[in-house]
Amino acid sequence: MASGNLDAAFSALADSTRRAILARLARGEATVTELARPFRLSQPAISQHLKVLEDAGLVAHRVDGARRPRRLVNAGVDAMDQWLAMLREALEANYARLDDVLATMHRRSRKKGQER
Amino acid sequence: MSRMTLKTEGDTQVVVSRRFAASPEAVYRAHTDPALIQQWMLGPEGWTMPVCISEARPGGAIRYEWTDGKGRGFYLTGHYVELQPHTRIVHVERMHLPDPTPDNHVETTFTPEGRGTLMVMRMTLPDARTRAAMLATGMESGMEASYVRLEGVLGPETNVATGA
Repeated sequence: MASGNLDAAFSALADSTRRAILARLARGEATVTELARPFRLSQPAISQHLKVLEDAGLVAHRVDGARRPRRLVNAGVDAMDQWLAMLREALEANYARLDDVLATMHRRSRKKGQER
Repeated sequence: MSRMTLKTEGDTQVVVSRRFAASPEAVYRAHTDPALIQQWMLGPEGWTMPVCISEARPGGAIRYEWTDGKGRGFYLTGHYVELQPHTRIVHVERMHLPDPTPDNHVETTFTPEGRGTLMVMRMTLPDARTRAAMLATGMESGMEASYVRLEGVLGPETNVATGA
């Protein structure tokens, strides 16, 4: 990802409509018309959200005749995924390991105490 | 040991708490001594921390470098702001993936509880948008199940309050 894009990606995700658009695109590409339907939003409103998502590197479009289908950009999602993954999965794994480290520290300090 | 809880507070904070069967002295040491940090702050299975700088004094540098041994890696930089031995650590950190993530201000407290320690880590993000984005995907109850890439990170068993 280009520098600064991660910030833009997180900002883009702060909006629930944009998260829903990403969720829809995760199932496959879709045009503005197809995206506007379930959200009960005007096409310009959807287009505005798509622009934010494209600027953030999360969504891209291709040209197919008169259609401009949008799709999810995996690299963009991956970069955020890494940070979010660190936050929760890694924390839980870390603390499980810390339990072991603390148990070892405890055994060592008891052993030391007995030697004295 | 009790399960970790992760919840939001106010507009910009994320609070993680966890109990440990050890004294506050030991838990504090495990959070500040580089040789101990390298043994547990490793993230996903298979990763190691070949570089660990932790200068536990106000203004002291923090730098953790992780690698999966297969050429992938990332690092974290920051510094200590305040330390009260065995009780409280305040520091600032950011990840480099390699793009830097927004600064995360972290206060970690260690409170004696029975024969163990309650650790509470309070992370403060620069603004509500960053915090919202950080947690958004896990809090979105109506989210499409197929949106798997960002799922599972903040699982349903997590005590996530929206703070809204």
